[in-house]
Amino acid sequence: MADLVSWLLEPFEYAFMQRALMSLVIVSVVGSVVGTFVVHKGLAASGSGLAHATLAGVAIAFVNGVSIALGALVAAVASGVGIGYVRSNSRVSYDTAIAIFYVSAFSLGILIISRRSSYTPDLISFVFGDILGVSRADLVGELILAVVVVGFVLAFYREMVMVAYDPAMAAAAGVRAWFFEYALLVLIALAVVVALQAIGIVLVSAMLIIPPATASLLARRIPQIIAISFVLSVGASILGLYASFHADVAASPAIVLGSTLAFAVTLAATSRRGARLPVGAAE
Amino acid sequence: MTSDHGVEHGHGAHGPAGHEDPDHVHDEMGLDAAGHVPARARLAAGHSHGPLALEVNNLWAGYPGKTPALEDVSFVVPEGEMVGLVGPNGAGKSTLFKSILGVMRPLLGEVRVFGRPVSETRRDVAYTPQAEEVDWDFPVSVMDVVLMGRWNGTRLFRRWSREDREMAHAALERVQISGMEKRQVGELSGGQRRRVLIARSIARGARLLLLDEPFAGLDAGVEHDLLAILDDLTHQGCSILIATHDLSCVATACDEACCLNRTVQGYGTPADVLTEEVLARTFDRHLITVGESGISFGGDAIAVAGEPHGHEHSAN
Repeated sequence: MADLVSWLLEPFEYAFMQRALMSLVIVSVVGSVVGTFVVHKGLAASGSGLAHATLAGVAIAFVNGVSIALGALVAAVASGVGIGYVRSNSRVSYDTAIAIFYVSAFSLGILIISRRSSYTPDLISFVFGDILGVSRADLVGELILAVVVVGFVLAFYREMVMVAYDPAMAAAAGVRAWFFEYALLVLIALAVVVALQAIGIVLVSAMLIIPPATASLLARRIPQIIAISFVLSVGASILGLYASFHADVAASPAIVLGSTLAFAVTLAATSRRGARLPVGAAE
Repeated sequence: MTSDHGVEHGHGAHGPAGHEDPDHVHDEMGLDAAGHVPARARLAAGHSHGPLALEVNNLWAGYPGKTPALEDVSFVVPEGEMVGLVGPNGAGKSTLFKSILGVMRPLLGEVRVFGRPVSETRRDVAYTPQAEEVDWDFPVSVMDVVLMGRWNGTRLFRRWSREDREMAHAALERVQISGMEKRQVGELSGGQRRRVLIARSIARGARLLLLDEPFAGLDAGVEHDLLAILDDLTHQGCSILIATHDLSCVATACDEACCLNRTVQGYGTPADVLTEEVLARTFDRHLITVGESGISFGGDAIAVAGEPHGHEHSAN
């Protein structure tokens, strides 16, 4: 028994593990709030695309000695606005445009980095995530962005839901639908940046997609989905940190796989009892 | 057969009563019906209508630089009446709706709602989209959707008020689906979904309802129930403009029919307007079989127009 308690408590006696957990709690909040909209607007590809596109900004910032997080932020927001523009104006199909956009930005990032003789751990941590290396300053940055994201959603919750649900009706009612469509993409960009250091470019979109998708199997309204998603996300984070500490595996893929496991179990459990009524059954 | 009441605009040409008077100023209610607009001239002759919920006067609309989607469109929706808007896909129905909602500016002409310009009447008009355009899997409850109708300007951190909820409940009662407030919208049947969308418009306080294909995909019984609800609404003072492919619904349930294909091909009572000639002109082909005196029922005269949604006509 004492063994188990110490097995559970020991990891969090270390300051770097405490910071990692705090960082993941922040990521879970932002990922759940934004991710719920991402999942239900069918924007999963945008989340992944935005994350990859940040590499260009990360690389440019790195080469010029500017803050890498700032580079990621600028690149993500610019990409979000760019994706919004493509959505409303492109003659190419949306997912094609997103794919072209992000592989190009990702390539630009690699191209810039390749001119450097040696990769640095700093840069690698952005690609694959370095949750155990989160500093106090990183935490403060994440917290500020998280407050901005959650504050925006709270302030404009009705408008966000209306535009996500039925943009034509929202516009007809007088809501500035185009503004909130762009705003959601910028929020995704900010969420990606919050999670970037912890989870890494390659896996960051998992935090926006898997927990809200799982929660959507369990609840039918946005506030409940966000709450359940948050619990699942923190749960997967803690599991991932234990796996990382005790089994010496990389934390961020362990967290993602923990989320996936929860999704698979939920999917199996809910499809058995037939959670969704067939369409039109009641009349 | 040509109705002598039918409005017959050629492209760019006015009917006999269609002299446009650009300097003409409408009075407050828009009721100075001196016969400036063909539709109104006809109404003055044939009906004794009260005030008008909607007046579309010589409206040209579309995107700049492209052929206008609407050319010189004129018709009215009298208060408390249900008007059927008939036309092929691509006829300009959605452009017309956007113009009425004030989200698209006319190139020429004007739209007045309850006698006022559309910029002042946002709360008086509400649009009900086609059910298939709505994401029914979205995680919102029936109450959430109806409450959306109550939105009236962005206020930071605002939540719905008690009054908003009461209005939403009342709207659900008027479309006879109270008791389902907490259900996720996707759990509803096709007919119930239509009613939720209509309740959203009513909760808004709108007195002019624009319905886009409300009957698409409904079976006859459900359509009948929905029509009864719409009929009740008109008796309670709502005015309704329905875009539909269902000509028999227009013939039986609507007070007026407006056939649209870029311009108004015919406007008047359904019996006058739903003629072989007008429908052939509206749909650019002879796909209609009608009796000599318009549509009759019980005989061999059957009206069929349009196709199930989703097919593009080759019009234009």
